[in-house]
Amino acid sequence: MKILVCITHVPDTTSKIQFTADNTKFDTTGVQFIIGPYDDYALARAVELRDQTGGKLTVLNVGESETEPTLRKALAIGADEAIRVNSNPKDSFFVSKQIAHYAKEGGYDLILMGRESIDFNGGMVHGMVGELLGMPSFSPVMKLDVDGTKVTMAREIEGGKETLEANLPLIAGCQEPIAEWKIPNMRGIMSARTKPLNVVEAVSDETQAVATSYELPPAKGAVKLIDKDNVAELVKLLKNEAKVL
Amino acid sequence: MSILVYIEQSEGKVKKTSLEAVSFAAALAAQTGEGDVVAVALGSIDDQELATVGTAGAAKVLHAGDSRLDAGLIQAHASAIAQAFSKVGAKTLVLAKSSLGDAVAARLAIKLNAGLVSNVVALPDTTSGYKVKRSIFTGKAFAETELTTENKILAVKKNSIDLKTDGAPASVESFEVELADSDFASKITATERATGEVLLPEADIVVSGGRGMKGAENWGMLEELAKTLGAATGCSKPVSDIGWRPHHEHVGQTGVKVAPSLYIAIGISGAIQHLAGVNSSKCIVVINKDPEAPFFKAADYGIVGDAFEVVPKLTEALKAEL
Ligand SMILES: Cc1cc2nc3c(=O)[nH]c(=O)nc-3n(C[C@H](O)[C@H](O)[C@H](O)COP(=O)(O)OP(=O)(O)OC[C@H]3O[C@@H](n4cnc5c(N)ncnc54)[C@H](O)[C@@H]3O)c2cc1C
Ligand SMILES: Nc1ncnc2c1ncn2[C@@H]1O[C@H](COP(=O)(O)O)[C@@H](O)[C@H]1O
Repeated sequence: MKILVCITHVPDTTSKIQFTADNTKFDTTGVQFIIGPYDDYALARAVELRDQTGGKLTVLNVGESETEPTLRKALAIGADEAIRVNSNPKDSFFVSKQIAHYAKEGGYDLILMGRESIDFNGGMVHGMVGELLGMPSFSPVMKLDVDGTKVTMAREIEGGKETLEANLPLIAGCQEPIAEWKIPNMRGIMSARTKPLNVVEAVSDETQAVATSYELPPAKGAVKLIDKDNVAELVKLLKNEAKVL
Repeated sequence: MSILVYIEQSEGKVKKTSLEAVSFAAALAAQTGEGDVVAVALGSIDDQELATVGTAGAAKVLHAGDSRLDAGLIQAHASAIAQAFSKVGAKTLVLAKSSLGDAVAARLAIKLNAGLVSNVVALPDTTSGYKVKRSIFTGKAFAETELTTENKILAVKKNSIDLKTDGAPASVESFEVELADSDFASKITATERATGEVLLPEADIVVSGGRGMKGAENWGMLEELAKTLGAATGCSKPVSDIGWRPHHEHVGQTGVKVAPSLYIAIGISGAIQHLAGVNSSKCIVVINKDPEAPFFKAADYGIVGDAFEVVPKLTEALKAEL
């Protein structure tokens, strides 16, 4: 089976979010970048499936050269090769066009992504790529098993989940508990250095919804502490001051 | 020309978040002069229930009652909505962010050649161009996004607009959709869903517990509090990882993002990844025995104390007051 996993290169979940240049640029000072947590679940499941069924596992990122350490990490976790589409990921549509093109070229049986990126949180790229390729897309997928060409999935719905059956090829946007995050081991890290990382160029320039400026939410006021022996006071405040009851 | 709104149902009732989407569309139509608001509903649902969508601002509801659409099959829903979009000659589609809505909207963006903005938190600025404010970095920031396409899709985040409740009942019109075999390339074989409970992503009040609750057996206390408040229950990630609570209750960066009026966090430390899922709440109450717990910094009200003592007292006090 040929598997493609699309990964984002995003600020660590503990990062302080700040902007520069008149609020038009994300401030990367002191920020550590990681594989998107949902993409990490997708990758972990893809490694398991590749080990189970054989075949080849490719990871792809649309990003500039600074994303290469993130792709190397994915190789260390177990991907066989990496593709970097050399471009700033301007919006979801732009990214989807690139992925659709290289996915088609690679003829993958299964395309796994994260449920959403944690920078722009669109949760859109898998559906867009699905429509561009005429392939079914599913998200958020919390379980995915492959038997021949038959795929069984669990998809989270509000307040529960549904079980689905479909056939390869398909696209899934993954979330836990599809697999456990994998930490690269020494051998993985060593071998990642020599695995292929191919840089390709963007195939389309089209965008539809580009972010033009950023803003932070207003700072939160100080907490009002209420004595633990006076919970009635809290109820009063919620009712009369916060007006949420 | 009309603005189209994709509405979803849960147990035969139109979801509250969908009504918010209709209210959003009504306010948008008033702002841009884009005509009236037409809602579209898929699958089996009572026409009388659909007429109530008028109160939120829809003039008309198109109802594609084909029972094959009862299941939330992403491709089939996307095909049906695309047909409704061209039928009403819409340029804008509004929907509520949800597990199904997101997946359907992404496919529609390509089908309709429409720019899509998700997590929309305010009405667009249409004074020059078309700029939409959306939440990014899991609620830690906002981005102004410029839409440059003629067709547009806006997926609205919960609590981004006041619900309109004074509209007249809508007319309901049945609507035939043509569905292809390829729309049914997947099959839903089973659905497990909590029924009768307040659903977490929709809830107006959430009572959430963390590892400080010590074990699954202690959740009765939280459920009692939730019941008193008509609230949904949530939890931190470790709690669902250990299996004390089901996965769909896990709140945070990698779980459900909630936006209730009131979020009550009990025995949760307030790790940044948990806060990312709750930072859109209007009011946050934290109960934690450790005064240094980071959650207090994100809270509006706090009680430093042992949950096992405080929670039953709080439930009592609420019962007396409500
Ligand atoms: C990439 C990534 C993504 C993550 N995503 C999420 C996510 O989506 N959601 C999430 O929740 N976490 C997430 N986490 C985990 C997160 O970092 C924390 O580990 C987690 O939120 C801690 O859960 P907790 O507060 O329940 O437990 P703890 O940190 O163990 O805190 C327990 C709290 O309970 C208090 N307590 C103990 N006993 C009592 C008592 N009797 N009465 C009152 N208070 C008491 C303690 O003082 C403490 O503050 C993520 C982590 C990573 C790295
Ligand atoms: N720049 C990118 N490069 C590769 N994959 C991406 C990129 N952006 C998004 N994706 C994939 O699409 C998923 C959904 O992203 P989004 O629609 O931005 O929330 C992510 O979890 C990734 O798997």
